[in-house]
Amino acid sequence: MLIKLSGGTIYDPAHGIDGKAMDIFVRDGRIVEKPRDGERIDQEYNLAGKVVMAGAIDMHTHIGGGKVNIARTMLPEDHRHDPAAHSDLCRAGCGHAVPSTLTAGYRYAEMGYTAGFEPAVLPMNARQAHLEMGDTPMIDKGGYAMLGSDDLFLRMLAAKQDQNAINDYVAWTIAASQGIGIKVVNAGGINAFKFNQRFLDLDEQNSYYGITPREVLKTLARAVHELGVPHPLHVHGNNLGVPGNVETTLNSMAGVEGYPMHLTHIQFHSYGTEGDRKFSSGAARIAEAINKQKNISADVGQILFGQTVTASGDQMSQFRNAGAGSPHKSVCMDIECDAGCGVVPFKYKDQNFVNALQWAIGLEIFLLVDDPWRIFLTTDHPNGAPFTSYPHLIKLLMDKTFRNDMFASLNLDAQKMSTLASIDREYSLYEIAIMTRAGAAKLVGLHDRGHLGVGAAADITVYTDIADREKMFEKPDYVFKDGQLIVKDGNIVRVVWGATHTVKPEFDRGIEKEIKQYFDKYLTIKMDHMKVSNDEIEGDGRGKVIVQECKGRREKTA
Amino acid sequence: MDNFAQAGTVESVACPFCGLLCDDLTVQRDSAGNLKVMENGCARAVTFFERPVAAPSPRIQGKPVALQEALAKAAEILGKARQPLLAGLGTEVFGMRAVMNLAESSRATLDHMNSNGFMRNIHVLQNSGWFTTTLSEVRNRVDLLVVVGTDISSVNPRFFEREIWNTETMFDQNTSQREIVYLGGRDLDTSAGVSPDGRQPDVFACDLDRIPEVVAALRALIIGKKLHASEIAGIATADLERLAQRLLAAKYAVVAWAAGPLAFPHAELTVQNITELVIAINKTTRAAGLPLGGSDGDTSANQVSAWISGYPMRNSYQRNYPDFDPYIYAADRQLQSGEADALFWVSTFNPERTPPAADVPTVVFGDAHMEFEKEPDVYIPVGTPGIDHKGIMFRSDNVVALPLQQLRSSSLPTLGEVLRAIEQALQPAVQ
Repeated sequence: MLIKLSGGTIYDPAHGIDGKAMDIFVRDGRIVEKPRDGERIDQEYNLAGKVVMAGAIDMHTHIGGGKVNIARTMLPEDHRHDPAAHSDLCRAGCGHAVPSTLTAGYRYAEMGYTAGFEPAVLPMNARQAHLEMGDTPMIDKGGYAMLGSDDLFLRMLAAKQDQNAINDYVAWTIAASQGIGIKVVNAGGINAFKFNQRFLDLDEQNSYYGITPREVLKTLARAVHELGVPHPLHVHGNNLGVPGNVETTLNSMAGVEGYPMHLTHIQFHSYGTEGDRKFSSGAARIAEAINKQKNISADVGQILFGQTVTASGDQMSQFRNAGAGSPHKSVCMDIECDAGCGVVPFKYKDQNFVNALQWAIGLEIFLLVDDPWRIFLTTDHPNGAPFTSYPHLIKLLMDKTFRNDMFASLNLDAQKMSTLASIDREYSLYEIAIMTRAGAAKLVGLHDRGHLGVGAAADITVYTDIADREKMFEKPDYVFKDGQLIVKDGNIVRVVWGATHTVKPEFDRGIEKEIKQYFDKYLTIKMDHMKVSNDEIEGDGRGKVIVQECKGRREKTA
Repeated sequence: MDNFAQAGTVESVACPFCGLLCDDLTVQRDSAGNLKVMENGCARAVTFFERPVAAPSPRIQGKPVALQEALAKAAEILGKARQPLLAGLGTEVFGMRAVMNLAESSRATLDHMNSNGFMRNIHVLQNSGWFTTTLSEVRNRVDLLVVVGTDISSVNPRFFEREIWNTETMFDQNTSQREIVYLGGRDLDTSAGVSPDGRQPDVFACDLDRIPEVVAALRALIIGKKLHASEIAGIATADLERLAQRLLAAKYAVVAWAAGPLAFPHAELTVQNITELVIAINKTTRAAGLPLGGSDGDTSANQVSAWISGYPMRNSYQRNYPDFDPYIYAADRQLQSGEADALFWVSTFNPERTPPAADVPTVVFGDAHMEFEKEPDVYIPVGTPGIDHKGIMFRSDNVVALPLQQLRSSSLPTLGEVLRAIEQALQPAVQ
């Protein structure tokens, strides 16, 4: 099967192509240079004047796992507004804040997304995360395994085990959870909360282990780097949502001593304490630090106004925030000597001072960070807003007039505390393609995605170039997944199932002896039962495990 | 790959019979496929694993027929039904996925056999939320366990052995010092709560239907209210005051309940008082709730239903999209009101969970040992997950999902296989 996409205007930042009319050839799911001599073109799409990009990649979206399913179970009132009916092609479900898995897959594809990554896979809950992602059609997926508050890791640190042992444990965890990276949430804080600590700043000690978040971050950032995992340590910082946490965030950036680190939903970690209400924007300082420190990347976690739900591993913070929930209910859990979770429904309001300023802070960060390869477009779905609001967010970034009109309608006190209106920058299509495609693929370590070069998987999205960027991005003309046309004019035309991306860094299997001993002595399941096998992901004939290249262990640490 | 034709011993077997999902059993298989629990079993596990091998024929109106014929008849009944009810739902994750697909294709209503109990928890989750913990946390951290309205052992036999009287914990706790309090209920078997060195648990008994008052009083005391009554349902207020103080002084108190045994009207309000008192304790120290019980895949059914449809049990595809109503879609009500016009009953773990009496065409996908008072229109024996085929099952703490192993070869089809066949017979399959 050979497909020709003719004459589209190509935005392929991985190859420096910024809006050039070109043909693309796709054979059997992959992009090829040109047809073989005499090879027949089976299908041609005339894309003259259309905008062509790789399929978009959401590098941080809560689409599967325990806390997401708790959020679904908690919110029948939200689902009722957005039923998704059974059709000839698609299964039924529900949408909005926490869509059912199938509906989530369809809606991502309808917006031109072809991959999404669940950022908080608790190893003890990894099987559920993969089950849910396995029921998420259309897109590729993958997950970052959570470490840093698990008792085994903290015991290893407290026992001053060497970095090599830590690296082995980290690699084992990635393998057992079928992850593509490592995430740390409120480093050590979820664990400290189990000992009744309510905050844990960067240099504060866990009352039992004596370990500080700084040590957790540095050790894990180094482990991920030394294992050759492409995705840098994915960090949800300490003190989420706390006024003044900009200091913690800046100190965390410095604390990893040059190792690569990705700070997620950084908007929630960029708050100062200035002004009458002791709540102010730290965006300028955060952006300046990111601009300077090339080892740091971030996604924003933009909030947008309306009903949503916050679902996080950061139980310490979520218990604190539970009172602000709307509707007023919350679930918190201590989980398996592994982590925790907190789910709190939230309604962000444009006339609320704090919410309005959060909105402005997120946009300030987007606009003040210079390098689009190191800042990513997320709402931390569903925590800041549902992922279906991405087209609206893209318009806010690309259209200054629209942005300023919105800003002028917000809470007046919040407007006074933000410099947003003075920022002239408008993102270009090329920069959007970096943030949502080329940069995201590079950050996650998807070597054959996010670009349109020869050999890439043919995940391709085609848009009509219209001035209203929200309309443009919410309804692509065509979406191809692995070379198959799956969406036409914003509607599903074919259902596919996507693959699960993983990495498999090498490690010394000897570490299993210690891990097994720990499981047998203290936990309530067998170590082998925690491991998610390839067979579990591929067994139903729909899923597929893709192992992305991992350069392998760097030199052993002395 | 196991050679199921030979006798053998399988270690680290997970037992799906209750919500604890103990995964440390050793099971022996003879050459005929009969199983014997050798290590770490409980009476319920023995009952579950040691049923003799059986592979009865499918039946229509009590007459043995070929599987294809039974499937065709089941599809015919489903095709004719205007409001089919898929109930029982005693299955694991893969079976439940097939249930969801069939429900959607046939616009059926869904309910689980344990929903009368389980929905008490769901109501609380949806109304106020809760603060809970999981089994490994309990095993390592609990210093005060308060059990409301159950002895636990009758629903989760090995709970005390595995989670309370374990010899080692990560934080150097002397587990024999753990304090156990039974609150509410009468004539409970509290022997499992006696510490290894012989210390008796505290037992504050009351009639089951007075538990709401007792738990409400305890919550009031924890949030600092004064009570004028000297006793609540026969329990001295002073005792409850002391219990409140102990909960507030504990480092990691766990308040456990099992939704099933709280069988009195509006027990969800009692579950809510339990979970709200836990949240109140967490203002100053640490505590957590622990939902126990669970059987026949109730947690798994609710989990799968939630991610595929958005809703837990008692939902329906009548409108061509998922719809949730804990009152309208209750299986008992659907049958009694005559709204359901065909019943499809699933029970793959327990032959004793037979369908409720109903005056509508009834199809049973059941354990091979099932015996009926009233023979259903169609009976299709299916394999037991965790014995005859693989599966995945959620524990009652709602977090850990464990793989179930196949322990012997079986001629019985899986639930998923038969439901997919029926769905295909109904209409062209959706991808």
